[in-house]
Amino acid sequence: MNITFWLNGKKKQAEVEPSELLLDFLRKNSCYSVKRGCETANCGLCTVLMDGRPVLSCSMLAARADGKKIVTLEGMQDEAKEFGAFMANEGSEQCGFCNPGFIMNVFAMLQELEDPTEDEIREYLSGNLCRCSGFVGQTRSILKFLDYKKRQEEGK
Amino acid sequence: MLKIKNYVKAESLAQAYELNQKKNAIVLGGMVWLKMGNRNIVTAIDLSGLGLDSITETDEEFVIGCMTSLHAIETHKALNEYTGGAVRESVRHIVGVQFRNCATVGGSIFGRFGFSDVLTMFLAMDTWVELYDRGRIPLTEFVLMEKDNDILVNVIVKKTPLNTVYLSQRNNSTDFPVLTCAVSLIDGEARTVIGARPGKAIVVEDKEGILKGFSEKDPREKKEAAASFAAYAAEQVVTDKNMRASKEYRTLLVKILTRRAWEEIGGRES
Repeated sequence: MNITFWLNGKKKQAEVEPSELLLDFLRKNSCYSVKRGCETANCGLCTVLMDGRPVLSCSMLAARADGKKIVTLEGMQDEAKEFGAFMANEGSEQCGFCNPGFIMNVFAMLQELEDPTEDEIREYLSGNLCRCSGFVGQTRSILKFLDYKKRQEEGK
Repeated sequence: MLKIKNYVKAESLAQAYELNQKKNAIVLGGMVWLKMGNRNIVTAIDLSGLGLDSITETDEEFVIGCMTSLHAIETHKALNEYTGGAVRESVRHIVGVQFRNCATVGGSIFGRFGFSDVLTMFLAMDTWVELYDRGRIPLTEFVLMEKDNDILVNVIVKKTPLNTVYLSQRNNSTDFPVLTCAVSLIDGEARTVIGARPGKAIVVEDKEGILKGFSEKDPREKKEAAASFAAYAAEQVVTDKNMRASKEYRTLLVKILTRRAWEEIGGRES
């Protein structure tokens, strides 16, 4: 079947199979940031934004992307670079495999929650698993990033 | 792996219902459970184009479309004010936000899954289901029915005066629950629901009237009634073992969570 959708801001048309999952479809479309980590809808590595909301592309039919706006990390390079620097500075980046899904959900959180507390951050990101770390570096990097953004806003 | 031969985005409920009468047809929810199994589906029916993905509030009730996500009920202000945050508590431990943006209320309720936090929570309210063919029936009746080819259109929560508490026990945060417990006073009438036994959620009948007139009891009597009913529930509720917990551990949890939940209600009432 034929679908029309937006991938990282560009309108596209594509042929998809009825069983095809969005994750496989996106990788076929060169979005290699989208990863399959668990097969049990638990790890969050395949997180993409669908109409601005974070979803598990491993559990979403490609057919359901019809008429929707899909954003992957490939479409957020500038933002990822900015936030990525905070992660690197806190040493929270280890093997890096979980990183794209994690960063996508951080961006979703920043859209949804205003000035989140540490507990709210942990809760929002609890569906993103990292098997190298204990999430402490990631939490630190987010808190410092939030602080930086706040000061940037105040300086305007 | 999940195999789907035909995918149909339904244009009407009538069309979806007709398609669903055929063998090997299935109505898609959020697919987070469905896609984990090995199934060959001839026709997958998608209701996502029918505007059933939101919550409508009237003076009398909340009408929750079957395609409403778990994250939507988690963040719905009025529904959480009505339930004292119990609805949010019942879903916030389920995997993660991305998962809850996919999983639907309709999928959770129609599936009548043993592990369902959602089913446990909704059984503790004055909840009705609206089926395409059968119309509106109470959730307490629906939960006992065999799965058929009808279509769950809306889940309705009536705004009957409610005081409710939701508790669950998990071996690990974000994992499936080992036991779920929701208790409530629905217009003063006590109801206790236990799920993830690991069988599907059940309403624990208070045949001895231990919780009768709970609101009128003094604080000491409330505490005693909570402990007494918890012991009674542990005797009545059938539990079993699975990979997450033993039967004995679950029965212990029935007693503890039931007592804690009723004590919480009692504390609020006095």
